[in-house]
Amino acid sequence: MSGRHFLTRRGIALLEFSSASVRKTSPVPFKTFTANVRGLTISRDYSSTSTVDVELTSIRYKNHVQRGNFSTLQPDDVSFFREKLGQHRVVTEQSDLAGYNVDWLRIVRGSGTVVLKPKTTEEISIILKYCNERNLAVCPQAGNTSLVGGSVPVFDEVILSTSLMDSVLSFDEWSGVLVCEPGCILEKLNDYLLERDFIMPLDLGAKGSCQIGGNVSTNAGGLRLLRYGSLHSTVLGCEAVLADGTVLDLMSTMKKDNTGYDLKHLFIGAEGTLGIITKLAMQCPSKPNAINLAFIGLNSFDKVLTTFKRAKSDLGEILSSCEYIDAASMECVTGNLSLKLPIAQSPFYMVIETSGSFGEHDEEKLNNFLEEIMTENIVSDGTIASGSTQVKDLWALRERMAEALLKDGYCYKYDLSIPLTVFDELVQDMRTQLGEGAKRVCGYGHLGDSNIHLNITSETFDKSLHNKIEPFVYEWVAKHNGSISAEHGVGFKKRDYLHYSKPNEAIGIMREIKNLLDPKGILNPYKVLPDTSSSLKL
Amino acid sequence: MAMRALVGCKRVIDYAVKVRVKPDKTGVVIDGVKHSMNPFDEIAVEEAVRMKEKKLVSEIVAVSCGPAQCQETLRTAMAMGADKAIHVEIPAKEFELVQPIHIAKILAKLATDVKADVVILGKQAIDDDCNQTAQMTAAFLDWPQAVFAAKIEKDGDSLAVTREIDGGTETIKVNVPAVISADLRLNEPRYATLPNIMKAKKKPMEKKTAKDLGVDLTPRIQVISVEDPPVREAGQKVDDVDQLITKLKGLGRI
Repeated sequence: MSGRHFLTRRGIALLEFSSASVRKTSPVPFKTFTANVRGLTISRDYSSTSTVDVELTSIRYKNHVQRGNFSTLQPDDVSFFREKLGQHRVVTEQSDLAGYNVDWLRIVRGSGTVVLKPKTTEEISIILKYCNERNLAVCPQAGNTSLVGGSVPVFDEVILSTSLMDSVLSFDEWSGVLVCEPGCILEKLNDYLLERDFIMPLDLGAKGSCQIGGNVSTNAGGLRLLRYGSLHSTVLGCEAVLADGTVLDLMSTMKKDNTGYDLKHLFIGAEGTLGIITKLAMQCPSKPNAINLAFIGLNSFDKVLTTFKRAKSDLGEILSSCEYIDAASMECVTGNLSLKLPIAQSPFYMVIETSGSFGEHDEEKLNNFLEEIMTENIVSDGTIASGSTQVKDLWALRERMAEALLKDGYCYKYDLSIPLTVFDELVQDMRTQLGEGAKRVCGYGHLGDSNIHLNITSETFDKSLHNKIEPFVYEWVAKHNGSISAEHGVGFKKRDYLHYSKPNEAIGIMREIKNLLDPKGILNPYKVLPDTSSSLKL
Repeated sequence: MAMRALVGCKRVIDYAVKVRVKPDKTGVVIDGVKHSMNPFDEIAVEEAVRMKEKKLVSEIVAVSCGPAQCQETLRTAMAMGADKAIHVEIPAKEFELVQPIHIAKILAKLATDVKADVVILGKQAIDDDCNQTAQMTAAFLDWPQAVFAAKIEKDGDSLAVTREIDGGTETIKVNVPAVISADLRLNEPRYATLPNIMKAKKKPMEKKTAKDLGVDLTPRIQVISVEDPPVREAGQKVDDVDQLITKLKGLGRI
């Protein structure tokens, strides 16, 4: 038998019947099931999808969101949907609805009573036209991996899932342009492209579940942004259905097309509030011939900054990722997920990835770089991945961070753009601010993009802790002219804080655009833009 | 015990690479493709290092046969803990036709030359899946062999090796000198850390040729053609058992 597929360290784990690695689809809490089968003890960890533990958004946030003047779903509406989509693509069973109403982070829960699963642009057009006429609010949902409560209903919105629109429509192996439907899972697209020697221009920890339509609607950033740029540059065209059912064809596979206002950019990052994306054309980069990964430990944040600067100059064009992780975060991911720390414990860690066309050249560059910073005592310990198994295992220490934090209990997640130099200052200030009340305060993130993920955890949702965090964290960010949401978007959780990062005039124009494209406000209400009557205190 | 261990490390195409057949069907594409140490050999090196930490082994000599790039593989072995390395240089073209029997002869000669007490190899290489080198080396040396090792322990002046077999495991007592081949569950290899990678650069690496060792590498095989496995056919759905039987009969299966 070929031993190939058993040779990962995970392969070893499989042989020893331990739990399979979990992708971002299983919510906590985890239970262990042990059985004795023919003398072998089999132990499986499985998750219970107990969504009733999550408090309804309408209750937890009742002081600052009220249900809009939308119609309530009637039996006639459901019949209409069934007539258009068929029996099986309209979900109304209570037990089936649970997963669609709660987000992955388990911070919000809606009470939607129907999930629609269209397969074509025409079906979405029919649905939205109907909902617009009936004044029914709609919550578009892709992979439901939003980290800001943007992907589930706040009240009883009709959930429109893109999961069944998961086809690749075409791929041009010469230009690298991919045309696909919005429900394609990111990892599957990447696998498809890898077979043809290309890769997706973005990569994130949720790749096993997130869908490209959702990624584009959120203008997702991810681990490769440093190298391949944002979705605003890699999305060449899109097709979107507006609130009244109009199909707006902005599809283009051309790299250059300066013919009027570039409307597709409105939909990139609009989080489903201006239209539902039904087709995408994306420019995909060639698969690098060689990927190398270094994992290093450092004694101070100053050294992290120095290393980053050196990496940019010494590794230059081959640098494809530069992430930092503080000790508290590393403790979380190694402790909660039983992952191995490959080097000595340090106050800070960095993951540096290079992607290039000539492996030997890249390895030499990376080895020289590491040897220099090691000799100059900038770095205290580190390792280079020797093969693809180690690349996967080392990346897991960063990619599975969100999953690990979730195991602490409740996670307060802040995705912020602030100057590099003050990353650790923010974490320290937050620790001082919160004192004993927090279980864990930690920071990690895309050093290369000046984007920190500040995370605080507690056993269960704690209102007083929440109030100590917000608006303190947003004011801190505003003082440094940063962004209160670097890449995660606004969703439900951050809409009342936009003014910390955008002037009122800008928010005003955003509102006008929203009114222009969705006058009844049926598309993903209560998200992105602040409530006109808003004042926020929990 | 203080044995000297000779550990074999083969440089192979990285397990995650999608292997492509060359258009002229003479082999697979190797140029520009990522290579790394054979995973079973990593386990072998790791075991030797652990035995050294337990003071069963006093010195580890890593050996690799093949083109110049094998030196990187040897540096990795030394970064993991091997004390010195021997690179048996075989040019790439010639190396394509080298078989386990040639390697076994080389290893047997080296084991004698360096006065090894134990030869630890990976149980098979992930490119050819031969699972022959350890056994042949033992035969050439007329040493006992303990292959598919899942655990190695000291047993007086001998070794107690637990082997993976079809029905489960078996533990045998092996006198040294012996040849051992490492199986998956023997250990989990360590990461080579930067300080060790730097130290490895200063460790001695000898270069030899097969000729130096008196081994004839004349090919004993000729590659006629290398082809992709047949494309997997799509499955067919049938409505009921009757249709299934009809279809199977039509295909001549029943």
